[in-house]
Amino acid sequence: MGREVAESCVDTMLMEMVAMYSARFYANKPELAARRIEAIGYQVGHQLSERYTMERPRFSDHLEAIKFICKDFWSEVFKKQIDNLKTNHRVKYFLEIMKFLTNFSCVCFSPMSLQGTFVLQDNKFRWLSRVSIDPSSEKETEDPSTPGESKAAQAVSMYLYFPCGIIRGVLSNLGIPCAVSADISSLPTCSFVIRVKA
Amino acid sequence: MAPVGPRSGDAIFSSIDRVNAELFTLTYGAIVRQLLTDLEEVEEVNKQLDQMGYNIGIRLIDEFLAKSGVSRCVDFKETAEMIAKVGFKMFLGVTASVSSWDADGTCCSIILEDNPLVDFVELPDTCQGLYYCNVLSGVIRGALEMVSMKTEVTWTRDVLRGDDAYELQVKLLKQVAEEYPYKDDE
Repeated sequence: MGREVAESCVDTMLMEMVAMYSARFYANKPELAARRIEAIGYQVGHQLSERYTMERPRFSDHLEAIKFICKDFWSEVFKKQIDNLKTNHRVKYFLEIMKFLTNFSCVCFSPMSLQGTFVLQDNKFRWLSRVSIDPSSEKETEDPSTPGESKAAQAVSMYLYFPCGIIRGVLSNLGIPCAVSADISSLPTCSFVIRVKA
Repeated sequence: MAPVGPRSGDAIFSSIDRVNAELFTLTYGAIVRQLLTDLEEVEEVNKQLDQMGYNIGIRLIDEFLAKSGVSRCVDFKETAEMIAKVGFKMFLGVTASVSSWDADGTCCSIILEDNPLVDFVELPDTCQGLYYCNVLSGVIRGALEMVSMKTEVTWTRDVLRGDDAYELQVKLLKQVAEEYPYKDDE
């Protein structure tokens, strides 16, 4: 184990990075802010994967690479492993239920091909462990057009573009192009959905 | 001479939650990189990094006061020592030294030999004028402002620019008298 810094350094830096892009630079263009934040994550994932895979043999298939993220990579970055990994059919089922139970997914899933889909569930995602959603706005989830709800959802999802970018950066560096989205129906549980591009 | 706080920087650092510094270093690097792409002007990047630091500083001071148990410093000299010996240690795990005091004790240099922000960093020629670690000066400025000290923090030495250490000049501009805008319970 190499050098360490206080966790609050990383926490506050991420908070400020998100605030800088979503509240100062692109206050009225959340999609642009999201893209920048994701790009920063991608860069970090790309570089971290180089460091953490230096002394390993090549991964034989996608599942091996995903398992590496769930175990080794997650432990290095978050000091815990991913709690649950689901793949293919079960994912489809899981997504249906998720959609049925809540429309609070931060990125919409298209029900298209679920080939090579993986869901990584972290029951206590560190970067969201101190995030709470205003309960008054959560009551209004029945009406997705309510500005309060979408605003709260948007604020939290801004934080998730960074880890989504990290995962995409790691996988693309391992030769697996993919799209990554996150789902936070029950904070602080967070599920990352990885769809490998065919 | 150096006042000893109730808890040493080392003791605090070993007791708080810590994370892998690579994540921190690479994330900061990626932010700087993205800012350089988005803003183009190096001057503007310096400004944003400083602003980011300032916002971080006004949050970190709370954690600093809560975890260190440090009470009011008698003068600016003690404040500077606290930043160098306790502040840098408890957040970044490195110690800094204070030197080059001016005659009236309002301006000094904080010197960092080791700086986790710059592990793996090399600046290309296109980044001339960039103060890569500008976030640090912002943090100090923000944190001190929350304890009633207006300061000006500037880089005087930077390893990335070819110097032999990182040196920040901290100048106390004014000490804002404490005011209590809130009313006591009647």
